[in-house]
Amino acid sequence: MTTLTALLQHQIFKRSSEPGAAVMPFVVLLFGVTLFASVGNLWFAEGSLFYVSTYTITLLGKYLCYALLALAVDVVWGYCGILSLGHAAFFALGGYGMGMYLMRQIGDRGVYGNPLLPDFMVFLSWDKLPWYWTGFDNLAFAVLMALSVPALLAFVFGWLAFRSRVTGVYLSIMTQALTYALMLSFFRNEMGFGGNNGLTDFKDILGFSLQSDTTRVFLFATTAALLAIILVVSQAIMNSRFGKVILAVRDSEGRARFLGYRTERYKVWLFVYSAIIAALAGVLYVPQVGIINPGEFTPINSIEVVIWVAIGGRGTLIGAVLGALLVNYAKTRLTAIFPEAWLFALGALFVLVTLFLPKGLFGFFADMRARFARPSVVNPEETR
Amino acid sequence: MELIDNTREVFRRDRVWAFMLPKPVKVDVAKEIILYIEDLSVSFDGFKAINNLNLYIRDGELRCLIGANGAGKTTLMDIITGKTQPDSGSVWFGQTHNLLEHDEAAIAHLGVGRKFQKPTVFEAQSVFTNLELSLKTNKGVLPTLFARLGASQRARIDEVLLTIGLTEQRDQDAGSLSHGQKQWLEIGMLLASDSRLLLVDEPVAGMTAEETEKTAALLISLAGKHTVVVVEHDMEFVRSIARTVTVLHQGAVLAEGTMDEIQRNKAVIEVYLGEEQADSETATAGVAQ
Repeated sequence: MTTLTALLQHQIFKRSSEPGAAVMPFVVLLFGVTLFASVGNLWFAEGSLFYVSTYTITLLGKYLCYALLALAVDVVWGYCGILSLGHAAFFALGGYGMGMYLMRQIGDRGVYGNPLLPDFMVFLSWDKLPWYWTGFDNLAFAVLMALSVPALLAFVFGWLAFRSRVTGVYLSIMTQALTYALMLSFFRNEMGFGGNNGLTDFKDILGFSLQSDTTRVFLFATTAALLAIILVVSQAIMNSRFGKVILAVRDSEGRARFLGYRTERYKVWLFVYSAIIAALAGVLYVPQVGIINPGEFTPINSIEVVIWVAIGGRGTLIGAVLGALLVNYAKTRLTAIFPEAWLFALGALFVLVTLFLPKGLFGFFADMRARFARPSVVNPEETR
Repeated sequence: MELIDNTREVFRRDRVWAFMLPKPVKVDVAKEIILYIEDLSVSFDGFKAINNLNLYIRDGELRCLIGANGAGKTTLMDIITGKTQPDSGSVWFGQTHNLLEHDEAAIAHLGVGRKFQKPTVFEAQSVFTNLELSLKTNKGVLPTLFARLGASQRARIDEVLLTIGLTEQRDQDAGSLSHGQKQWLEIGMLLASDSRLLLVDEPVAGMTAEETEKTAALLISLAGKHTVVVVEHDMEFVRSIARTVTVLHQGAVLAEGTMDEIQRNKAVIEVYLGEEQADSETATAGVAQ
């Protein structure tokens, strides 16, 4: 117990320049905002000063899912230098797993009223459920599959790629090809995942209506809690010697290998961890947004995630989360005002950040703070 | 009947199956030779980088490898450390370990440490962490995830810091070190990993005279406890540290001996200075004597 308190104190009062230093304050802030928004939605009447609309709750929940996805990319890119342009694949696979469960919950309330088959299967005049849909009536099983299938995919892909020592831009292109291939196959009707339209028209989860405020608040709060847990766990991993080896692999893989580390194994397991986080983001995303379709697999989505992380600040955990929240808030706002300009604005932002803030916004503020907090420490080389 | 006897033999309870026994990590140097390189050849796209090379390194010695660019020095290091597979030949570490059977990580674990030509340290991490990562520990993924730094390990790191003279820079980022300090840190990383054989590629490239002197003292102090193989271009430096010098030329050993012998060796002078000069050089050497 004493070690736990010591550990907590150590985490909270860390120097701001250390990577991931702001995790604890952020978790506290996240907890506060979640509580405030939930109470505001459930206990205050519309028109009250403290009222938070259900639309806002859903929007916040969606942002937090994106933050989780950005965290997944940051773990591999920021800490290990693996630029994955295919993390949307893991996100969408997780989403499909959850979507299949929600599909099974519709039962006979679909448009065709078929108690056994989802609407799109009736439409394609299939007469029985494909074998891989079995078991998805059970939420626990569905979530297990939604996390383990992307994890397995990441393991196989990572094992093949890292063992063959594929790195850099070649790896990025391969990840992009992976998500593109998945997108094309999920677009096909005979895959049995709803083809072009994907899975939608969800009714309820564990018997609770997805339209009710309470369910929405609960989903949002769950997302916030899981984001907090994964932030803390990720920070612990990155502070362990495993995390130090990961940084070492990023900065000089050859050196790490000649010190006796089998770097490909480290990379594979980090990649799997990252894929599970991305899949979890997808699992939480689908019930809140109400639809999952092959569009989620597009390489552009993956690239957007990379931009969030770059803007927020790589290799800082919090930076990625803040980047995802900020950019998506800006997206919601800007696309409402001037939809055509959004992609240009995003591109410009990416270019500007890359040119002027290589460490992202988080790194920039950390530098500023370090500069103003300790003006007495001046590099003797500069004053000479 | 034979089958039953064989089966009994296989399942004898007082024995452990050979494949379940831990592989011996101890290096057998009963013949006082730690590295045997025999009939080694490797070619890249028809270019023979190493050509039937034979080289023996004695346990505990300080050996210098010299040779012009393309003589095969770095390729040789690549083969010893498992980065490159040779076309033919053998490399044995002591009498029991065939290095060609192992990958880089396993060879490092056996106790062969390598310093790169360009100083390569983990720039974003502190000097202390650089050494912590180099310690001889279980380097599997799970043990590393739950690894804690023990008191004896801390003491070991401090000892290494003292040896390489970086105690003051303990908590600095390795990236902020000077070029020479990075070279020392990299040597320190090999020490922290308890490497028995140190392969040191160009340790004094880009160093000031003072730093070069310090490096020479450091390498000399390491010989004996470790076996040190140094690849270097700087002849002054080689002269100051070497007991035995091996000259490589076009992927094979051209000459071997003390620095003085090497400098008088006709073949070496020919290769380095051209034939005509070789004659006049030996002539002047003769006059001087």
